[in-house]
Amino acid sequence: MTTTLEEAPPRRPLTMTAPRLPGWAPVLVGVLAVCGSGLLALLAGWGAVAVFALAVLGFLVALPLWSLAVEGQRSATDRLMTSLVWTASGVAVVPLAWLVLTVVRHGLPEVNASFLTFDMRNVVGDQQGGIYHAIIGTLLVTLAAAAISVPIGLFCAIYLVEYGKGKRLARWVTFLVDVMTGIPSIVAGLFALALFVLLFGPEIRLGFGGSVALSLLMVPIVVRSTEEMLRLVPDDLREASYALGVPKWRTIVKVVLPTSLGGIITGVMLATARVIGETAPLLVVAGKTDSVNVNLFGERMTTLPVYIYYQFTQPGTVPFDAPPGTEAPGIARAWGAALVLIAIVMALNLVARLVGRIFAPGTNQKKG
Amino acid sequence: MARSIDVSDLDIYYGDFLAVQGVNLTVRARSVTAFIGPSGCGKSTMLRSLNRMHEVIPGARVEGKVMVDGQSLYDPSIDPVAVRRQIGMVFQRPNPFPTMSIYDNVLAGNRLNSRRMKKAEADDVVERSLRRANLWAEVKDRLGRPGMGLSGGQQQRLCIARAIAVEPQVLLMDEPCSALDPISTSAIEDLIHELKADYTIVIVTHNMQQAARVSDDTGFFNLKAAGQPGHLVEFNATRKMFSNPDNAATEAYISGRFG
Amino acid sequence: MTTTTEAEPQPRPATGRGDRVFQGLATAAGITILAALAAVFVFLAIEGVPGIGKPASSYRPLESFWPYVGRLLFGTVLAALVALVIAAPFALGIALFISHYAPRALAVPVAYVVDLLAAVPSVVFGLWGARVLGPHLVPVHAWLDEHAGWLPFFAGPGSVTGKTVLTAGTVLAIMILPIITAICREVFVQAPRLDEEAALALGATRWEMVRLSVFPYARSGIVSAVMLGLGRALGETMAVAMVLSASPVYTLNLISSTNPATIASNIASSFQEATPDKLAVLIATGLVLFVFTFAVNFAARAVVARSEQRLRR
Ligand SMILES: Nc1ncnc2c1ncn2[C@@H]1O[C@H](COP(=O)(O)OP(=O)(O)OP(=O)(O)O)[C@@H](O)[C@H]1O
Ligand SMILES: [Mg+2]
Repeated sequence: MTTTLEEAPPRRPLTMTAPRLPGWAPVLVGVLAVCGSGLLALLAGWGAVAVFALAVLGFLVALPLWSLAVEGQRSATDRLMTSLVWTASGVAVVPLAWLVLTVVRHGLPEVNASFLTFDMRNVVGDQQGGIYHAIIGTLLVTLAAAAISVPIGLFCAIYLVEYGKGKRLARWVTFLVDVMTGIPSIVAGLFALALFVLLFGPEIRLGFGGSVALSLLMVPIVVRSTEEMLRLVPDDLREASYALGVPKWRTIVKVVLPTSLGGIITGVMLATARVIGETAPLLVVAGKTDSVNVNLFGERMTTLPVYIYYQFTQPGTVPFDAPPGTEAPGIARAWGAALVLIAIVMALNLVARLVGRIFAPGTNQKKG
Repeated sequence: MARSIDVSDLDIYYGDFLAVQGVNLTVRARSVTAFIGPSGCGKSTMLRSLNRMHEVIPGARVEGKVMVDGQSLYDPSIDPVAVRRQIGMVFQRPNPFPTMSIYDNVLAGNRLNSRRMKKAEADDVVERSLRRANLWAEVKDRLGRPGMGLSGGQQQRLCIARAIAVEPQVLLMDEPCSALDPISTSAIEDLIHELKADYTIVIVTHNMQQAARVSDDTGFFNLKAAGQPGHLVEFNATRKMFSNPDNAATEAYISGRFG
Repeated sequence: MTTTTEAEPQPRPATGRGDRVFQGLATAAGITILAALAAVFVFLAIEGVPGIGKPASSYRPLESFWPYVGRLLFGTVLAALVALVIAAPFALGIALFISHYAPRALAVPVAYVVDLLAAVPSVVFGLWGARVLGPHLVPVHAWLDEHAGWLPFFAGPGSVTGKTVLTAGTVLAIMILPIITAICREVFVQAPRLDEEAALALGATRWEMVRLSVFPYARSGIVSAVMLGLGRALGETMAVAMVLSASPVYTLNLISSTNPATIASNIASSFQEATPDKLAVLIATGLVLFVFTFAVNFAARAVVARSEQRLRR
């Protein structure tokens, strides 16, 4: 290996020191930015949000500029991007905090025993009304949706993992499950409506239609999560069972499913939490009623989200003798129902995660 | 212009875990220094601390002193980014940037540093680096092809070309031949010999013969016991290490490997 | 998704009756998925296609179907794009924060907060957007009108209620933030460590490392994440229906009080008083939405598949 080596070019001297901003530079700039914008705000009479926005902006401009002057362009870019990334993450916390706080603040005064146990039958103006009928509706519709989607989703995942390997049908199913996750919820509702209208005539509205629509949204989520869990079950386990002469279906039922049970339950609960807050499809197909209806297959049925929507769109009027600033009775009820709905969803999420964590050691260790 | 490195009383931690303890050694300029030792004794850790690559790992930190030509490497005034430009590194597995052509791979480091580089100048850097890495003849007709399309040995030489294109002063190599066949290995060993004229080279290897063939000085690292930190057992001229080491453990390790 | 090529453990041939029944059930479930999707299309078509040629009164204030759905589609795309423009940079930033920038003690809570955002029901977002965010954005509308009025988007006059495409887009942005963030985060984390170290060892700053070793890997993932976010935004109903006060217009003006509705929000808000004719029209617009989102999702996957191939080569 003899290659003619040209004379190496003259080397630069060893420069490992680059001019650097001191470690406290970001802090200093931050403090200055807050002070500066605060001062400006005092002079111009702005609100707290403007002060904050201005301070962030000031920081985003000042720190890179200082860095540019001292450290050069590359470091300045680096500092700018670092600041931007931090800012983005900080700002992301704002909406959630804001939303949850608002819902709690407006909703909490509404939620009491009567609110939870009254329905809206013959409620006029600011009389005590409640969400009892909506809670019943939500539970029934969601349970029915789960009853439809869990078996289908479970078996579909079993098909994909245990029977479908390499088959064309399985590839199609996988692809279409992906597509299904992208179906807008209102389209699912319209589909259910179209189906039942075709069967029973244009005036039909029923809770079960909502369940059908929700299943359409729920099945792909169940399939995805179950599939993932089943794939985590190591093949040796299956082989061990086959070697004992256990037929494949019993192996699946007795070995594979129990091993991944925790993950599957978590997936189902998360899917339920996702659809329990769906409004649009139920609005379309389950309709709206003010009274309790426990029959999924007859008459209209209100769920919590739909209740919120209608209280919002038809809030009634503020009583003339109410103190100024009072919200319309419907709006107040909407906040109360929103709080209950959020509580249900968050509880489902939390329990799902807990279940996942409790069962995790058995299933998640194998294969990354 | 190559640089010498003085390490004194160096401890390296991953969080609370002391990985390497009490290292003292001197890497001479324009020489090849090899680190050998059993797996897990901290050779890579040691190597990474020489260009502050350990800082990339969350929680990793060092105590002690590393002087590069009289400058303290861990001094607060030192910019780790500038350090890594001066002290290049080649990794165990070849890792050309997968989305870049051969040409762009070689220039990746330079592009970071100077935004504008004339085409002729860039061509010049690419050719010179590839020639020094003994790769020019093999790739000069397909510089626009992806770097991933090369063989493993060629990829590794491409990575070396990429490292020397920014004209570092020191080259650190962490088991550069462990993923390569004997022919590619020997090509890289030849290359190390040639690079020695201009660079200070530190190489980690599990291959005793390789250490004996390419290096001038050798450091033997070992674990005192399982769970204990790694430490430098012996640091000597390679010839002496392989013929008549001072330390019995060194002899056992080397001769054990030679079988 | 991942078709493993490793040999499947071979059980004894599935001849038992139990086995045949079980396999039949599983296959049937798989086929149900195909059937369900086909059914969505077929039933929407059966009920919707007649909606294209109804008497003019069904399309009030317009005369026929295509202008009617055209304005709605325009509004849908407009709101979704506004959402995307707002959400995408934030999502990328947060994903990078979680994967590469944050100290571990912060990465986990931030990821958790973003996940929680995904759990909030859309109707609650709508309520909050209409009652809280909208009024709070009124000064922003005024400011934009005053200082950026030369842009067609901010031509104004700024709405005084905040019931605008800008507000709706902001709410949508918050709603699609989690999905974009989650996918981006996943692909960023998967960028090979070795490549990142290669960049750092060349003397790259952290940002240069991200540009050099993370983005090239993540490009297709980012594109698909953004497209999936777009799909969500296109189909989102309640938030828009509750926030927007709509009229059938074509306008790029995001901050005035005349705003185009979206297909989904129009269905939700016109549904109550719909005659059977109007119902058919609404279902027809739903069909258009379905086809449109299907196309977007399909394109997203095509992009991913192609760039995956390119990376592998
Ligand atoms: N990122 C890390 N975090 C925590 N501990 C680490 C990390 N990297 C290495 N270690 C620990 O530090 C010690 C030394 O590891 P190092 O990789 O330096 O060994 P090595 O001598 O290079 O081994 P090998 O020959 O296998 O490459 C080991 O005990 C290892 O477990
Ligand atoms: Mg190592």
